[in-house]
Amino acid sequence: MNSKLNLVTKGLVKENPTFVLLLGMCPTLATTTSALNGMSMGLATMFVLILSNMAISAIARFIPDKVRIPAYIVVIATFVTLLQFLMQAYVPSVYETLGLFIPLIVVNCIILGRAEAFANKNGVIDSALDGVGIGLGFTLALTLLGLVREILGNFSAFGWKFLGADGILAFVLAPGAFIVLAYLIVIFRKATEKK
Amino acid sequence: MAVESNLKNMSLCLLVICLVCSGLLAGVDALTAEPIANAAAAKKTSAISAVVPAFDGEPVGASIALDGVEYNYYSVSKDSSVVAYAIESSAGGFGGEIRLMVGVTADGIVYNTSVLSQSETPGLGAKCVEPAFSDQFRLWNPSEKKLLVRKDGGDVDAITASTITSRAYTDAIAKAVAVWAAINNETMEETGDEQ
Repeated sequence: MNSKLNLVTKGLVKENPTFVLLLGMCPTLATTTSALNGMSMGLATMFVLILSNMAISAIARFIPDKVRIPAYIVVIATFVTLLQFLMQAYVPSVYETLGLFIPLIVVNCIILGRAEAFANKNGVIDSALDGVGIGLGFTLALTLLGLVREILGNFSAFGWKFLGADGILAFVLAPGAFIVLAYLIVIFRKATEKK
Repeated sequence: MAVESNLKNMSLCLLVICLVCSGLLAGVDALTAEPIANAAAAKKTSAISAVVPAFDGEPVGASIALDGVEYNYYSVSKDSSVVAYAIESSAGGFGGEIRLMVGVTADGIVYNTSVLSQSETPGLGAKCVEPAFSDQFRLWNPSEKKLLVRKDGGDVDAITASTITSRAYTDAIAKAVAVWAAINNETMEETGDEQ
């Protein structure tokens, strides 16, 4: 049981995709203009990651080695398209905010990376737990990054404005994403160093 | 790997994966097509009713060509006479196209405007969606006030440091007013024919 729990927690800290593995930087930097946007992107990625991890671990042994990458990409792209349909139908406003970055989940390194590094060697349940762990790690990192940028750049948190004035614009724009991400990585490394 | 990478295995494997995936997507598409269409229609209706005075019945969609561009518009009626047109218009802003829904009443006064989509700089041009800027166009009479920003000799107060965005927004409204004039000419001709 402990090892199952370990599968989930390692995605949060030891193998955190954003702060430790530095994977999937494109959506990380681009969609975290607010805490809510970051969280939506994280959850969307987690949805695809869990499903693709499970599907790939189930079918991996039937796939010839030389065509495994195209096979995985087709599976991942299927889940992403499925997610697109569902979001367009039931949460159109979120779909519009994230726009282009939803289809780009297909080429997110985290998802193909987990398929290659974990799902094709492990069972369905372990792969699902790995997806939950890595997905949560990604979601938390994106929410945190979005929250810091929103607080500094817009003086609001999760859409709640706590100061009437305009924020420091640079933090909402691209340079702020790089600066905040760098500082969060430093803090994260420092905090986990001694463990 | 259990399965050998020969031509037969590889093609068979990719074929099966593609078939299963397309089948799955076709199923989900059939399930979500209706909610997606409903969400799009609801969005359009709310965008229309935000920019025109109170009306009854359904907005009637149509399109008209002006200067080689096709414009979609919706006429809304109250007590079976047309009270206003909601005209989709667009202009090139600073970060891409700004698409507006412009409500023009039957006598050619801009009733209200709303942004359908924009990708202007957050904190600068993106302020064009805020009432502080867009409310100045409420009940704007184009024959009394010029639809140009003050810098260009008109009466529109531009957003500070975002002249290009303000110009595009104003331009899109001016186009909509031109479309209204064209619609008016057309209906006059039609009624002339009937007599």
